[in-house]
Amino acid sequence: MGAAELNTAPISQDQLPGEDTVQHGTQQFVTFAIGTEEYAVDIMQVREIQAWTEVTVLPNQPNYMRGVLNLRGIIVPIFDLRRRFNQGKTEATSIHVVVIIAVNDRIIGILVDRVSDILTVDSGEIRQVPDIDENDESEHLIGLVTAGERMVALLDTGSLFKRDIINTNISAAEEALADKN
Amino acid sequence: MDDYAQFKATYFAECAELLGDVETQLSELSTGSQDPEVLHAIFRAVHSIKAGAGAFKYVQLAAFSHEFEALLDRMRDGRIAVTEEGVSILFRASDILSAMVESAENEETLTPDFGKEILDEITFIVKGKVTEAAAEDDTAESSAEGAQNEAEASPDSQTLYHIKFAPKAELFKHANEPLLIIRELKSLGELKSIANLDRLPPLSKMDGEEAYIAWDFILKSTSRFDEVEEVFEFVTDDCTLDITVETAEAVEDVIEKIDEAPIDQAAQPSSAANAGAPKAQAAAKVTSIRVDLDRIDRLVNMVGELVITQSMLSQQTSDLPSEQFPNMVRGLEELALHTRELQESVMAIRMQPVKSVFSRMPRLVRELSAKLGKKVTLTTIGENTEVDKTVIEEISDPITHMIRNSLDHGLESTEDRIAAGKPETGNVSISAEHRGGRIVITISDDGKGINRAAVLSRARERGLITETATPSDEEIDNMIFAPGFSTAEKVTDVSGRGVGMDVVRRNIQALGGRVSIQSTPGKGSRFTMTLPLTLAVMDGMIVQAGGSKYVIPIPNIVESLRPAKDSLKRLPNGQKLVSIRGEYIPLCALHEVFKIKNAIEDPAQALVVLVESEEFGTTGIVVDELIGQQQVVIKSLESNYRPVLGISAATILGNGKVAPILDIEALYRISQKNLHKSSPSSNGDASGGNDTDLSPALAGELSGSIASSTDIHLQSPG
Repeated sequence: MGAAELNTAPISQDQLPGEDTVQHGTQQFVTFAIGTEEYAVDIMQVREIQAWTEVTVLPNQPNYMRGVLNLRGIIVPIFDLRRRFNQGKTEATSIHVVVIIAVNDRIIGILVDRVSDILTVDSGEIRQVPDIDENDESEHLIGLVTAGERMVALLDTGSLFKRDIINTNISAAEEALADKN
Repeated sequence: MDDYAQFKATYFAECAELLGDVETQLSELSTGSQDPEVLHAIFRAVHSIKAGAGAFKYVQLAAFSHEFEALLDRMRDGRIAVTEEGVSILFRASDILSAMVESAENEETLTPDFGKEILDEITFIVKGKVTEAAAEDDTAESSAEGAQNEAEASPDSQTLYHIKFAPKAELFKHANEPLLIIRELKSLGELKSIANLDRLPPLSKMDGEEAYIAWDFILKSTSRFDEVEEVFEFVTDDCTLDITVETAEAVEDVIEKIDEAPIDQAAQPSSAANAGAPKAQAAAKVTSIRVDLDRIDRLVNMVGELVITQSMLSQQTSDLPSEQFPNMVRGLEELALHTRELQESVMAIRMQPVKSVFSRMPRLVRELSAKLGKKVTLTTIGENTEVDKTVIEEISDPITHMIRNSLDHGLESTEDRIAAGKPETGNVSISAEHRGGRIVITISDDGKGINRAAVLSRARERGLITETATPSDEEIDNMIFAPGFSTAEKVTDVSGRGVGMDVVRRNIQALGGRVSIQSTPGKGSRFTMTLPLTLAVMDGMIVQAGGSKYVIPIPNIVESLRPAKDSLKRLPNGQKLVSIRGEYIPLCALHEVFKIKNAIEDPAQALVVLVESEEFGTTGIVVDELIGQQQVVIKSLESNYRPVLGISAATILGNGKVAPILDIEALYRISQKNLHKSSPSSNGDASGGNDTDLSPALAGELSGSIASSTDIHLQSPG
């Protein structure tokens, strides 16, 4: 199980900011959008991109999770990025896109409106996130990048879905259930 | 990094197997087997370990195995008698050998005198008996020994050795090279080599894989006899070898004779026939290969995918008119056939005999019986029964624990046995067999059986059952699986450390298995555990609730039915019941537990699947409808997500969608928890008024009977 089964090149799963994965201190990011907001993840994390299909809903899943998907025999949880950022549920259609990414040794999918392009950024161009955010969203960002007129936020996927993919024991799941009741 | 890491890994994997073999063969030997093949097998295993140890320069391991091998060698040719004492030394030596292999594998260093005691013992036996043998025997062997002694006596003087060396075809097959041996001989002293071409056939009759050339060597060396012999160490089985010590004149004769001989004999066709003889004895062809488990897992996964794709294809094309597309339809049918066969063969790759687990038990029994001072014979039956690798890994601990339990608590002490008129030696047997697509493993002993009075009083003491309850004998016996239950008066270091049979049962249940015990007082007890043959696939019933599909494991299902309206009842606490053939069975609605929308609320319109569990007995799961039965491939949710309460794993259906597999025991617990939380009045609103409210008196009686039934099963919900 795991990344080895996916036939995209699993060269490196590091996603540390400033890590030189491309020569001359540049990094490449895949950018995608929710409405007018643009986000990006390190290209080395991206395993594949596919159109939205119906997923299987699991009981007691978090509200920003859409369900699980069969990715060639691996069961992959799919998260709604818009809902994760508390901007309402995405009314997903077949033109919506799921970006399958690797977070450490786990594979997850993020539902977004569309994928924009690939951004090559000099490590020096990554700006700090200003610390004026009141709803704690900025703690899941590792930096900001300007691409022409647009501002792109670089996602820290590890921290974004930490609760859902790091809990390994059933008692945590039970707690989650108890919270809901 | 270590360039040889890969080879070392292979070596240690082999060592583990070889040590297992040694263990098995030693057990055979200790039962008094006279079969010479047993000693040969042990010898070969130790020899292989030694060879590898030498190659990787594990000096201590090589030195020890060398001595061990020497002892075995003398035992197998009868120079040292195989006594009980001797076998016990062999056992201890094999323990030391395992420890050494383990430390070599972990790259630890052992103290130089590790295992010295046993080594000294071996050396004593070997040296002591050798001189005896040499004195008695009058054969070439003894003259060789004599020569050895002679050589040892005067180490500085040069000795003339006459070595006749005729390689067999196997020598080359085992990738040995005579040239290297000759070079090594040459390093010992002055070497004269004469090739003996007697066996060489005419070119037309030559077989490329045969060995035709033999050599005569005259070696003038200061080396001792055994040092010369050692050059041929790895090829002794694959050649004809004769080493003698010669006087100078005799050597001259030999050289002359050889010089004359070959020319007229070489062309004789009969030699080709002679050379053909060893070919028949050639070692059996290699019939197995070593494959990384990851690769097999990947194969199994991909075949699982193929099966899903195939069933999707057949679903999509099921309404294809066969008269219009005859080839297409036939092709799809064949595809279905082949995928099923492919899946079966792939699953068979992972099947392994339970022998690998069973073979560890004789040693356990030997050690325990020594510790407990009981005489025990262990019988194993059906050790070639095959089961999936994933199951093998998991059954070792439960079996070990049950054997410990049988020896410690089951069998009486020797005095008690004699007093009870039983044979002094206790019997424990472990057997495995296939039954109905599952593997059944039983562990039985002829001990005293379960002390039911003690169990019952302990159960009352611990509050596991009420004072007034009168459980049946069988129920009492199975109480030993209750959590925290131990009847042993004192805690021994063998078993009875508080973590007892409850852990065993939980582990077995986690594998989808069951365990039970039958006991006859004074006659003995028998544990029976049944397990699925594989943890990779399972028979499942696909059910639907509110548009979502779920899988219920078939082994849990008793029956399914659409309940009549008047058979549905409700307790004041909101617990719904269905009455079937006079029994009241609690209901657990899937849509309520999982909060599924658009499901059928009224059980009389829906379906009830009766499931059984050792934890809570029978319960009815309410679903919308049954879709069908199917073999499902079990997929982990945890590898990319987290565990989900009420769901044990997931599978992929024919349409490529994921379906959760229900964990019915967790479902029951959730429904009980929900019951305690919600007040009866709110429950009444939600129930839709379809249920007949029971009269308080009947309700009281019912809740009492349910409570007592949970008591008997020793698991109170929540």
